[in-house]
Amino acid sequence: MNVIAGARDLMTRHLRESGIFIAFAMIVVLFSVLNPNFLSPGNLTNIILQYSYILILAIGMLMIIVAGHIDLSVGSVVALTGAVSAVVVIRMGMPWYMGVIAALVVGLLVGMWQGFWVAYVGIPGFIVSLAGMLLFRGMTYLVLDNVSLSPFGGTYYQIANGFSNGLLGGAGFDVFTVLIFAIAVVGYAVSQWRSRQGKIAYRQTVESLPMFALKILLVGAVVMWFGYQLSQSRGLPLVLIILAVLIIVYALVMQKSVFGRHIYAVGGNRHAAELSGVKVRRINFWIFVNMGFLASVAGIVYSSRMNAAQPAAGNMFELDAIAACFIGGASTTGGIGRVGGAMIGGLIMAVMSNGMQLMGVPQSMQQVIKGLVLLLAVAFDIWNKRRAAAAR
Amino acid sequence: MSTILEMRSITKEFPGVKALAGVDLDVTEREIHAICGENGAGKSTLMKVLSGVYPHGTYDGDIVLEGDTMRFGSINDSEDRGIVIIHQELALVPYLSVAENIFLGNETRNRFGLIDWDSANHRAAELLARVGLHENPTTPVSQLGVGKQQLIEIAKALSKRVKLLILDEPTAALNDTDSAHLLDLLRNLRDEGITCIIISHKLNEIADIADRTTIIRDGRTIETIDMADPDSTQDRIIRGMVGRSLENRYPDRTPDIGEEVLRVEDWHVDHPTQAGRNIITGASFNVRAGEVVGIAGLMGAGRTELAMSIFGRSYGRNIRGRIYKNGQQIQVRDVAEAINHHIAYATEDRKQYGLNLLDDIRHNVSSAGLGKISPGGWINGNEELKVAEEYRASLNIKTPNVLANVGKLSGGNQQKVVLSKWLYTDPDVLIVDEPTRGIDVGAKYEIYTIINKMVAAGKAVVVISSELPELLGICDRVYTLAFGRITGEVPVAEATQERLMELMTIERDQPLPTKELNS
Repeated sequence: MNVIAGARDLMTRHLRESGIFIAFAMIVVLFSVLNPNFLSPGNLTNIILQYSYILILAIGMLMIIVAGHIDLSVGSVVALTGAVSAVVVIRMGMPWYMGVIAALVVGLLVGMWQGFWVAYVGIPGFIVSLAGMLLFRGMTYLVLDNVSLSPFGGTYYQIANGFSNGLLGGAGFDVFTVLIFAIAVVGYAVSQWRSRQGKIAYRQTVESLPMFALKILLVGAVVMWFGYQLSQSRGLPLVLIILAVLIIVYALVMQKSVFGRHIYAVGGNRHAAELSGVKVRRINFWIFVNMGFLASVAGIVYSSRMNAAQPAAGNMFELDAIAACFIGGASTTGGIGRVGGAMIGGLIMAVMSNGMQLMGVPQSMQQVIKGLVLLLAVAFDIWNKRRAAAAR
Repeated sequence: MSTILEMRSITKEFPGVKALAGVDLDVTEREIHAICGENGAGKSTLMKVLSGVYPHGTYDGDIVLEGDTMRFGSINDSEDRGIVIIHQELALVPYLSVAENIFLGNETRNRFGLIDWDSANHRAAELLARVGLHENPTTPVSQLGVGKQQLIEIAKALSKRVKLLILDEPTAALNDTDSAHLLDLLRNLRDEGITCIIISHKLNEIADIADRTTIIRDGRTIETIDMADPDSTQDRIIRGMVGRSLENRYPDRTPDIGEEVLRVEDWHVDHPTQAGRNIITGASFNVRAGEVVGIAGLMGAGRTELAMSIFGRSYGRNIRGRIYKNGQQIQVRDVAEAINHHIAYATEDRKQYGLNLLDDIRHNVSSAGLGKISPGGWINGNEELKVAEEYRASLNIKTPNVLANVGKLSGGNQQKVVLSKWLYTDPDVLIVDEPTRGIDVGAKYEIYTIINKMVAAGKAVVVISSELPELLGICDRVYTLAFGRITGEVPVAEATQERLMELMTIERDQPLPTKELNS
């Protein structure tokens, strides 16, 4: 198979996923043409800082959506966990890590509360989390006494605003940042190679060697370019490290672990999963606990970035997280969806918001466009599926 | 009698597959015309071409209805000409009433544009009388059984002034009484002047009702036979369908029966929601290594409920009784425990309870035995693929590769995926519930062969079936179940359909014939 045929084969087989990648690439190209500052090192850094918490929420949301539920409460949970952290750190004067621990504990408790009602009482997640949205927002106001608390300052502030910079000195760019990215690319190449070797050992068909090398080179080039851009600005954002670790861990859990497979099984056919020995209630409980955990991580990142806890924080975050999942190809009825897809979905929203802000598009217009993008993305997905079905 | 419908060399291609390769079909007015063929032979595609699901231009060949060449662009076009198709999966809305369902999409409106319910209900009652269904037109459809729902579908067709009625597997989900009623109704409709095309896998049913039968294989018409002709035997139809003669519909097996593997004693199950309603009452049975045991019972006797309550309490509440595995009493509190005790249950309803239709063959095959390829909770994807490939080959699942979605497979192949999934859990006892429902003769034979291989390996199999010939053909012993009680136990050598039927109809308060229970 020559390289072009291989590429075409890869494209048609993964059209569902590649479609969203192509859309993302096109949006990036569009904005970089419209605005030369779009791809500047400073702006790329900003995009990550501004949307990291939405991406963190989207990871948990994807698992909930794949299992066939929805969670509307995450915005309120972001506010509540940030508020608790602020009370601990600012009002009580405890060290930064106590704030982090308190927020995580609150997030886990919230998750257990919602998981209990969904999994063991059998109330739909929509209702439980709608109640939770009000409940936790109200609790945020109570905790904060209706006022904002600020500033965190110190180490807590660094979580979302800190950079690793100058650790190894610089030559017009931060060597440490570039090094980390290089290690990541090598790690990616090695894991891909091992997976390819494994497939060969099991006599599966793999893409041809030039095709494989081309893929690695392409991914490596994009990642290295991105890393180089960051290194020219403020260096490697700490929050990017948190985000990368979460994405890798959760993508592995969803694709490779028994727990992840059981989530797909429950969302695909709950009865069949039950009769295959899947403990459906336990799965439902833990994905909500996990959502509470990730919402508290997002709460910490957001309050750190704002350097404050505000009663109205996190408003509408749930909708951005849900939109990210659906743009990224998750099925509205459960059973289908990938962490990587949700991340691209989230990045599409991030890039669009940022690009439109740079161009000075008014807030009202931005909302209109984002709404249309969500609708068209899902319409494209449905059209795509129908086409795939007809092509059989 | 004149020809009402003629389909001339219909050819329909999908990318890479020729589903129909020149099918000819001619149907005479006022006849019941059966279409036979294995799954995948092209019956459904042919009916989709006829009813306009595949519009004119997407296929080659001509459809001639009452002398006119038809160019249907949609289902609406074919319904305008009096062609109505009733699919195997009924298309009724459960929470709407009988009358609302009958006139759905076809509502009569009064001069204000609102639905005139009085006249609709009145007309519905007339239609129900024609199909012999004595139900109130305002009853929600969900309260009626499948047999009655099937009749409502026919009433709906009659409301559209049907001339040519197509039924796809109409009796697949019906019990014997309901089937007989439906077939009688079709005869009446024929006498009233309605032509029927019936697709069915049940050959005795076809022999019973069809005037003529067209046999299709691999997208081609093999022959059309007149059922009045004494040469038109079931064997001839089978020969035509599979392209070879099936000497025996059930594969041979020499029983080699060993020690008892599973024994269930004094098993009681109550209805999950209706308090105090007994579903299973004091059932006891056993199965030995190398043995195939049948459970025969009419619809509603509690066959599936018995099996599912044993399989990790998947059905019912207030479950009492004892289960012994290899002589030891065991606890089976959930499905995971059942699987750990090497008990497997393959459901009668593949789509609802057996498969994740969104996922591929590979993941479905491994879904009940994931632990075997997941050290530390992490799945070995390569091993998983290898396992699925092995089952694809050994069970002859017809698919280009195991990454295909199970939702797109035919019934027989889906059933093989379900069996693969349970065989992979390495069961000592396999309970199969209606293993051959809705699948064709060739695939049935393969399923029986799989069962035989299991018992040849010293495992035990319990077969639940409503087809008595099937039980007599593959079992060593048959238990009969009636109204939640085991009413008899008959070695297959002594069993006849009549004997079993007698035991299957013993009512709740009648005494049991003690002789069989002690054998």
